[in-house]
Amino acid sequence: MRDVAIIATAQTKHVRSATTVNEVELIQPVIQEVIERSGLGRHDFDFTCSGSSDYLAGQPFSFVMTLDAVGAWPPISESHVEMDGAWALYEAWVKIQTGHADTALVYSYGKSSPGDLPRVLSRMTDPYYEAPLWPTSVDIAALQARAAIQAGVTSEQAMADIAYRSRTSAAANPFAQLTTSAQPLALMDEEYLADPLRRHDCAPITDGGVAIVLAAGDKARSLCSRPAWIRGIDHRADGHHLNFRDLTTSPSVRIAAEKAGVANGPVEIAELHTCFTHHEPILRSALGLGDDVEVNPSGGPLAANPMMAAGLIRMVEVANRIHSGEVSRGVAHATGGHALQHNLIAVLEGEG
Amino acid sequence: MPEEATTSGEEDVLRAPLVLEYPFKRTTGPVIGAFLTALREGRFIGIEDDQGKVLCPPVEYDPASGASLTKLVPVGSEGEVLFWSWNQSVRDGQPLDHPFAWAMVKLDGADTPMMHAVDAPHDAMVTGLRVRAKFAEERIGSMDDLLCFEPVS
Amino acid sequence: MTDTASSEPAPIEIPEGVWSQPEVDMSAIEEIASVESVRSVRAFASLTYDYTPGLATTRFLRAIKEKRLVGERCSETGKVYIPPRGVSPVSGMPTTEQVDLGLDGTVVSFCVVNLDFTGNAQEIPYVSALILVDGSDIPIYGLVREIPYNEVQPGLRLKSVWVEDSEMTTSFENIKWWAPNGEPDVPASELADYV
Repeated sequence: MRDVAIIATAQTKHVRSATTVNEVELIQPVIQEVIERSGLGRHDFDFTCSGSSDYLAGQPFSFVMTLDAVGAWPPISESHVEMDGAWALYEAWVKIQTGHADTALVYSYGKSSPGDLPRVLSRMTDPYYEAPLWPTSVDIAALQARAAIQAGVTSEQAMADIAYRSRTSAAANPFAQLTTSAQPLALMDEEYLADPLRRHDCAPITDGGVAIVLAAGDKARSLCSRPAWIRGIDHRADGHHLNFRDLTTSPSVRIAAEKAGVANGPVEIAELHTCFTHHEPILRSALGLGDDVEVNPSGGPLAANPMMAAGLIRMVEVANRIHSGEVSRGVAHATGGHALQHNLIAVLEGEG
Repeated sequence: MPEEATTSGEEDVLRAPLVLEYPFKRTTGPVIGAFLTALREGRFIGIEDDQGKVLCPPVEYDPASGASLTKLVPVGSEGEVLFWSWNQSVRDGQPLDHPFAWAMVKLDGADTPMMHAVDAPHDAMVTGLRVRAKFAEERIGSMDDLLCFEPVS
Repeated sequence: MTDTASSEPAPIEIPEGVWSQPEVDMSAIEEIASVESVRSVRAFASLTYDYTPGLATTRFLRAIKEKRLVGERCSETGKVYIPPRGVSPVSGMPTTEQVDLGLDGTVVSFCVVNLDFTGNAQEIPYVSALILVDGSDIPIYGLVREIPYNEVQPGLRLKSVWVEDSEMTTSFENIKWWAPNGEPDVPASELADYV
């Protein structure tokens, strides 16, 4: 295996609605910033990969439009996934492993504000049995939360504690959208949004984007004083049909964590793609994280959740803390689909 | 964008309503087709896996092993709520036009639940609630033939 | 996998039932087996958005309401893009200089459409063309009319034909179609960079 590291990162200031800009105008400053930070020239990247979904803003082929921001003419070697940017990173990592690239630019973005996001996401369900009922992402998450509460995996009180901790942690994150929270007891007094979920249990709807630069081996060492090495990365999917899954556990996370080697060393921090508060205990358990492991020091998706970018941002938040020397080893998780269906786990480490 | 675009105020950026429609027709195959045929007849069917477990709604392949499944079997029209959530703000296209519960309902004779709506007051919803299917009067062989589940009184 | 020197691949035996679903057994549900089966479903979906085109496209659409075509220039290459999206695809940098373009253009490429697409209001056959607006560096799409379809060719000079002033909106639909402007054809050699 080749050593591959995240050597530079950038992200937008995440907002509820980036009304004034189209998607290429949204992501261009972030791409420009990450290129400048990487020390590479705009045309030095061996491979470029992006993640986005046209359903969010109703902009057909928006990924073609945003390619303008990397200077894709004359044509460059590039690819796109209709998935969170964490999977674009995975594709770039594979490309580097094959020896066809030493450097890669990865970016992803989501502009969810033009549509009714929970309703748009109903289109991810099974087209015969589930999609005709138009269940929203919140509806499905609420079913999962109930199952988790019934199984003793979490409680409404524990979920309020997670919401409070996430949003107060985000006060130190200059990119976060929600950075304050009422005390957990006060949160518990709020009306249900979708019993058993209250508004604070749900990640906000966010417009934003993220970009990273990957480099291999000595190239990474020459460009970055403390690269965030990807020591393990794996992704697995549970079944598509919600009714055949045990929604209170995550077999795909457990296996991906094993393959990525999460338990091969101490986990100092974990950035988890928790779109709902009850995702955290499900993920902690599947990852085998002890109660002492700090989860989502950035505030996580509960503080800013740009669809298609929030997973890659988890890797960025771990990488940033390795770059700065704050931590030496951390875990990043990204998810796609409903109720934690598809999961990617990466272990990032600093050297020395 | 058929309508005149309007401005969004201070930033003076144009905006306009945009409707994207997906008028797809999907073939069902024999297994899903049989389930929808049964709905049209006001019944439920499932499919048996090699352990004798009944999956309802039926699928073509065992979700765990990938083995082909072929044995279609009848399933009851009453069942039990395994878990549920409350849908206070109903959206376009959902089974009912007033607040209802989403539930995983395990029908009698099935070993897996199906997701659907339960038409009951919020305070009547409880895990283990017995429910019965309510079918549409006119049925055409689609998921719309099953309106919702209702508590068994 | 074995590492033999044989050049002939071993014949592959395809097991029964792998390539298609096996037949289902409906013996336990005879009342369903005896009626006509559902074979397909309508899976209609409609999603509504509050669309915003962004800053550069807003500038373009505002100008088009005033019967002006405005492109934006790449500061690195000097190329002018229309309709502008706000970023140069060559440099990856924002385009910041707006450039007033002409209302005439040149056919770079075209096709004769003989298919009646659903929802298409055009009479067939009609001509769709890529048209290089005077002063720009990338062709835009437009209909060519007021000329027999078999006389359209690359290099043909066109004028834009607009809706009545009273009907002008912030829409590209302000241009109804393009028609010959009577000027001599542009030689193909001058269009080589735009095809």
